[in-house]
Amino acid sequence: MSATRLKYFQTGSFAAGNRLVDPDQRSVQSDPRRANAITCGHRACQGCGEALGARYALDAALRASDGDLIATNATGCLEVFSTPYPESSWQVPWIHSLFGNAAAVATGVAAALKAKGNTHTRVVGQGGDGGTVDIGFACLSGMFERGDDVLYICYDNEAYMNTGVQRSAATPPAAYTTTTQAVGEQPGAPWGQGKDAALIALAHEIPYVATATIADLRDLERKVHTAMEIRGARYIHVLVTCPLGWGAASADSIKLARLAMETGIFPVWEGEHGDVVSVTKIRHRTPVEEYLKLQTRFRHLFAPVRRDDVIARIQARADRNIARFGLLEALDEDQLDEAVEVDV
Amino acid sequence: MSSGTPAPPFAITLDVGSSRANLTGSWRTERPQYVRLTAPCGAGCPAAEDVQQWLYHAEEGGYEAAWRKIMERNPLPAVSGRICYHPCETACNRAQLDEAVGINSVERFLGDQALAGGWQIERPALDGGGRVLVIGAGPSGLSAAYHLALLGHHVTVRDMAPAAGGMMRYGIPKYRLPREVLDAEIDRIAALGVEFQLSAHVSDVVAEQAEGSYDAVFLAVGATLPQRTYIPAGSAAKIIDAIALLRDAEDGSAGPPLLGRRVAVYGGGNTAMDAARTAKRLGAEESIIVYRRDRAHMPAHESELMEALAEGIKVKWLTTITAADAGELEVERMELDEHGRPQPTGEFEKLGADAVVLATGQVSDLSLLEGVAGIEFEDNVVKVDGNMMTGHAGIFAGGDMVPAERTATVAIGHGRRAAHGIDRWLRGAPAEEEWGLEDSASATGVGPAPLTAQVPFERLNTWYYSDAPKTVRAELDAVRRSSTFDEVVLGLDESNALFEARRCMSCGNCLACDNCYGVCPDNAVVKLDPPGAYAYAFDLDYCKGCGVCAAECPCGAIEMVPEPI
Repeated sequence: MSATRLKYFQTGSFAAGNRLVDPDQRSVQSDPRRANAITCGHRACQGCGEALGARYALDAALRASDGDLIATNATGCLEVFSTPYPESSWQVPWIHSLFGNAAAVATGVAAALKAKGNTHTRVVGQGGDGGTVDIGFACLSGMFERGDDVLYICYDNEAYMNTGVQRSAATPPAAYTTTTQAVGEQPGAPWGQGKDAALIALAHEIPYVATATIADLRDLERKVHTAMEIRGARYIHVLVTCPLGWGAASADSIKLARLAMETGIFPVWEGEHGDVVSVTKIRHRTPVEEYLKLQTRFRHLFAPVRRDDVIARIQARADRNIARFGLLEALDEDQLDEAVEVDV
Repeated sequence: MSSGTPAPPFAITLDVGSSRANLTGSWRTERPQYVRLTAPCGAGCPAAEDVQQWLYHAEEGGYEAAWRKIMERNPLPAVSGRICYHPCETACNRAQLDEAVGINSVERFLGDQALAGGWQIERPALDGGGRVLVIGAGPSGLSAAYHLALLGHHVTVRDMAPAAGGMMRYGIPKYRLPREVLDAEIDRIAALGVEFQLSAHVSDVVAEQAEGSYDAVFLAVGATLPQRTYIPAGSAAKIIDAIALLRDAEDGSAGPPLLGRRVAVYGGGNTAMDAARTAKRLGAEESIIVYRRDRAHMPAHESELMEALAEGIKVKWLTTITAADAGELEVERMELDEHGRPQPTGEFEKLGADAVVLATGQVSDLSLLEGVAGIEFEDNVVKVDGNMMTGHAGIFAGGDMVPAERTATVAIGHGRRAAHGIDRWLRGAPAEEEWGLEDSASATGVGPAPLTAQVPFERLNTWYYSDAPKTVRAELDAVRRSSTFDEVVLGLDESNALFEARRCMSCGNCLACDNCYGVCPDNAVVKLDPPGAYAYAFDLDYCKGCGVCAAECPCGAIEMVPEPI
């Protein structure tokens, strides 16, 4: 698929498709024959960001591999809502084993393919933030370190949502979960804990690491496509909204992911061999409060007593991301929307 | 268990099935539906153009289709694209994002494309059977004649001037509306079989109707008489009417009006701007507008004032002319009271001026209606109903002579409305109470209010639109234009017209961006090929009613409605 940014075509390249451009310049998701890796009837909640993120990512991976793909899956929402025995929503060869071993299973699938002399079938490992950042991290780090030929995608909804919204190492500070109640001087998840899995992946100096959100479809698809063109260990970390666990309206799923991006709370970047090589700039910078106030997991920052100190601390964290990744700097020439020649 | 009976299903013996067996649509409490709403541009158009729809064609490069869409409502796009004050752009939602879409310049581009390409509207092969006399060949009369012709009626247009166009020819200077453009658009109407009788005066409308056996008459005589303002003047003072100045500048038969070196124009409307700019072009070294109120209260359109100021025309605000004599005026400084009305201060001064041009308003010459039964007047204009019919059956009226804002575009809207009113009346059909979604009554000032709510800016998801400022039409160099009658504002070329059209956000109308299809977490949006009433449909077997499609629709064309419980 094309990574070209389309300028001056009404919705440019921000919407899924665009009647004014050729079908091959539109997103995979706008294709009426897209694979639909996860088909209808799955039991994800209304407005599930993970169902959306997984379909975006795997449909792009399926197009990049001509449909020749095996997916592994950690335990978690994605596995539970898609595959209540004996039904399955998956329209791709798919295997689930344990909570913590999706990366190891993917390694095994890749090794088996190699042993059979199969060089064409590609392998994608998938997990939520619990299965990836916490429980499965040793398996994932080993997969990176050995350079196994797997693209691992983490769908990060920032807590253990499937088991009832418990804190994970990806839960942001101050967020309410059932294990980080909104009580005490520092309500919600503690400050100074947790880890940034994408930066840790980058530190392994593997060929490709990227972050993305469900709010910028074309960017996500481009990154999956790029990753699929590379052999070796690759990692994509996708922020996916959880209306249930975040306490947000189902209709706001994409809006929240967009605000996470536009506030600087979730920096969107890509790296190669240990270095960040590009970032997705913020188009309309927004204060973090706009993001926080839509979610009941941050409700205790606004009532009964407004916690300006905590909001300011979250803003400072977002500002640090903006400074660290250069999210507001002028766009590089090659990142600008391209002025497509008008065909007249 | 007997060997002939299969074992009952148990756990791992179940066959694998697709989740499609699970109809998640049963979870839904709200359902999405596609809607078409009125975009603010169209609702704001006095000529009732469906702006969003014609821009939609233009965005694809379908210029002829776009032009034909305009021509359904307005027979003079190349004219309107130059002289309309574009309330559509004032209403445009894009103004709240960056700048309004340059609708007017795209309209001009399309109008010029049509003239260059010789595009014509065919007269339909139907005979409406009516004989209609249109009195006045201005924008309202021309519009009525065009629409009546398309409805199959036989139309005669009569005007006292030697050429058709009304105020578009004798009131609007050439530098705003080149005559070849006006002529070409009038010729296109004549080509539909409309008969023009020029230099023909009508003094008694009822007698004229009987004599010509006309079934109906549309009056569109405009407002051609100057509204005189009394100024005590010495015998050597030179005082002329703006409307006469503009007419003479066009006509030329009496030679160019002699104005002197320094001209004062009295008034603050668009005619005052035109007169001041024309005076400069006729050789006046200085042209000063004298206006009794301030800039905020000036009735002239902002763009006209800006263009006048750019040409070096000065404005003396809060000033009235109290006396005129040869080469000199006595003026009084005014103050605005709390209602914004000017009040005298008793402070006088002198202002040098060789001539005074009065641009203090115009009134209609309604002498042809004297003694006609049933006609009602209100403030020197004629009252009409929603069909533009006067109190006298069969006599209709529109344009500057009825109560409404006095612009060419309002007049064009009146003409179309009257044409349909006449058609209905001739067929004996009842008068239309409701004008339908498309007809902007609030803008024409006549008839019922529009039926649908406009699309508010908040309904759009503007994150999806490319950031792009408006393409500004190049303007002739101010120095050059103030000495000639060349057209001041230049047009767009094809690439920037296309760019401008594509800035349209398609408010309330699906633009087929596939976003709903892309963002549904349940694959419950189906792309229709070929499209039906809409390009997509919802698969309600699986739609859980999350509302993401509606929230992420850039143009607000999806609505969530509660499911019946």
